[in-house]
Amino acid sequence: MADTPVIDAGRPAVRGAEKIYSKRRKGSGPANRMPGERSLVASPGTWFVWAGIVAFFLFLFGILISVLVDSLGKSWFTNWLPTEFTASWYGEAWSRFELAHVIGVTLIVAFSVVIISILIGVPASYVLARSKFPGKQVVMGLFLLPVLIPPITFGIPLATVMYNFGLGRTLIAVILVNLVPSVPFVIITMTPFIEQINPTIENAARMCGAGMRSVFLRVLGPLLVPGILAAGILVLVRTVGMFDLTFLVSGPPSDTLVVAIYRAMTSAGGAEPRPLVSAMAVMYTVMMLVILVIALRFVNPTQLVARVRDNPDD
Amino acid sequence: MSSAIQSRQSRTRVKSTASLAHRLAERGIDARLWLLAPALVFIVALFVYPFAYGIGLTFQPLARTTEQWGGGPFANYVEFFKDPFTFESVWLTMKLALPAALFNVIVSIPLAFKLRHRFRGKRFLSTLLVLPITLGTVLTAQGLLIFAGRQGWLNRFLLDTHIIDQPLQLVNNYLGVMFSLIISGFPFAFLLVSSYLSGIDPSIEAAARTLGANWRQRFRRVTLPLLAPGLATTFILTFVLAFSVFPSARLVGDPGGDTRVMALMAYRAFGEQQNYSMASTIAIMMGVIELVVIAFVLLGRSFFYKGSTGGKG
Repeated sequence: MADTPVIDAGRPAVRGAEKIYSKRRKGSGPANRMPGERSLVASPGTWFVWAGIVAFFLFLFGILISVLVDSLGKSWFTNWLPTEFTASWYGEAWSRFELAHVIGVTLIVAFSVVIISILIGVPASYVLARSKFPGKQVVMGLFLLPVLIPPITFGIPLATVMYNFGLGRTLIAVILVNLVPSVPFVIITMTPFIEQINPTIENAARMCGAGMRSVFLRVLGPLLVPGILAAGILVLVRTVGMFDLTFLVSGPPSDTLVVAIYRAMTSAGGAEPRPLVSAMAVMYTVMMLVILVIALRFVNPTQLVARVRDNPDD
Repeated sequence: MSSAIQSRQSRTRVKSTASLAHRLAERGIDARLWLLAPALVFIVALFVYPFAYGIGLTFQPLARTTEQWGGGPFANYVEFFKDPFTFESVWLTMKLALPAALFNVIVSIPLAFKLRHRFRGKRFLSTLLVLPITLGTVLTAQGLLIFAGRQGWLNRFLLDTHIIDQPLQLVNNYLGVMFSLIISGFPFAFLLVSSYLSGIDPSIEAAARTLGANWRQRFRRVTLPLLAPGLATTFILTFVLAFSVFPSARLVGDPGGDTRVMALMAYRAFGEQQNYSMASTIAIMMGVIELVVIAFVLLGRSFFYKGSTGGKG
């Protein structure tokens, strides 16, 4: 699924055409514009677009900064800014909600889901990309369904089954539940990625006497690494942010960070003090950003799409 | 399955002398298929089986449901359609999800058009747009409560500039959930629409321009039909996101009234009333309703545009 940012992955051909086009426009001037062409600057449409963008970002940054200020402030009620600033909410939230444990659980769940879904998903997408067999459409449909159906729809029966098996509120249940959308996601993103790898490379390896395992480990594996990393990072981000499914099966010992924040916001007998929740939310954002920054150092998620687009004929 | 194929094979190619394995391999059945096995086992065990179990569960209502609503094994469904408190949640969900998805897609179109060309800071802007995807609904909810609440910066600014006299009620109601759906759904829709737009060959539009079409004609007759499949896909994906809204409906909405969405009702039956069969019923009806909407969109798409799809559609 195109969960990836893809704006910048324009085709080289398009870029070239645009360059010529803009050169021509520079020379011609506004008076001899081509028929039907409109100026790019200062039309009402452009103003509308920029106003919309500005409004959206005002909201976005308003939200982000007010959470940050709230987590650092003391007694912020009726002024533009809190009267005093303090960092104590962070320490209090850390000890009160056992955040070391919660963050540990979140990371364990996220990384197990990434590793397991890649181990299950990549071989399957290899088969789906390379061979035709009876019932392939059915299998493809089966893998597409968990992505299309709302999480609650399969989450509630799945959680009921988990509780029946006595797995409710355990770490295993949280991992298993999160695998349900992740494995199909890996399959859906990896299948086109494998399709664009030239099959003659594998055939050559087979001709040279490589068995199934060495084709996979020594020929396909290295070629697949960028795709696997990109898919893995998207799964990681999704799993850390996944609320619905985790919430259905997790209990206090197996809560991930998002669920812990939700529980703090809705806890019975009046919610926790607001700055405590804000401090947790800031920690969540920081954790997400750290994951993303580390991830983006190693891989560019647009690769998943751009690679396919660059060689559509393979 | 393999025996069926085998018999078909033996019927059609009686005289073939090749080994069974070879004949199966011609049909695409070979050792490589074993690689599919883990994924299939997984999807059957964790998706198909629980789903089937859940459907079975909907026909085993609790005794109190049968007593109150009658209908024998269908008591859960009778309650779902007859109890206004439950059934209303369908409309409440639709009232949130459809406008949110429509807004996200429709506003993305002019934006994607304007930002199609290369300009300074485009990369920066698209990076910023990815940001809300990482925020998650819970943090967005907390931020909205603070930023747009009665004492928040938004109301304070509007009051201080004398645009309004009374603080606006922007959270803990329908509007709050709408804001949260737009903030989390819009960047997603925008990124998808602009990727579809970049997949349309600009020379087609240039040709239309050469033939003298003005920008309105070009948009209506050339670009929009080519973009339509992509728009339908984007609409479906954002609709799916908005339809299963749950944490924000509880946190920034009015969970007892205007934003009592289906996901919330299903969770209440599951977690609070321990009525697993009713919870499964609501959950399954949710899936059915969503698939009906998706089917309508796909049907509309095939009416709207026939021919090969443009872009990556």
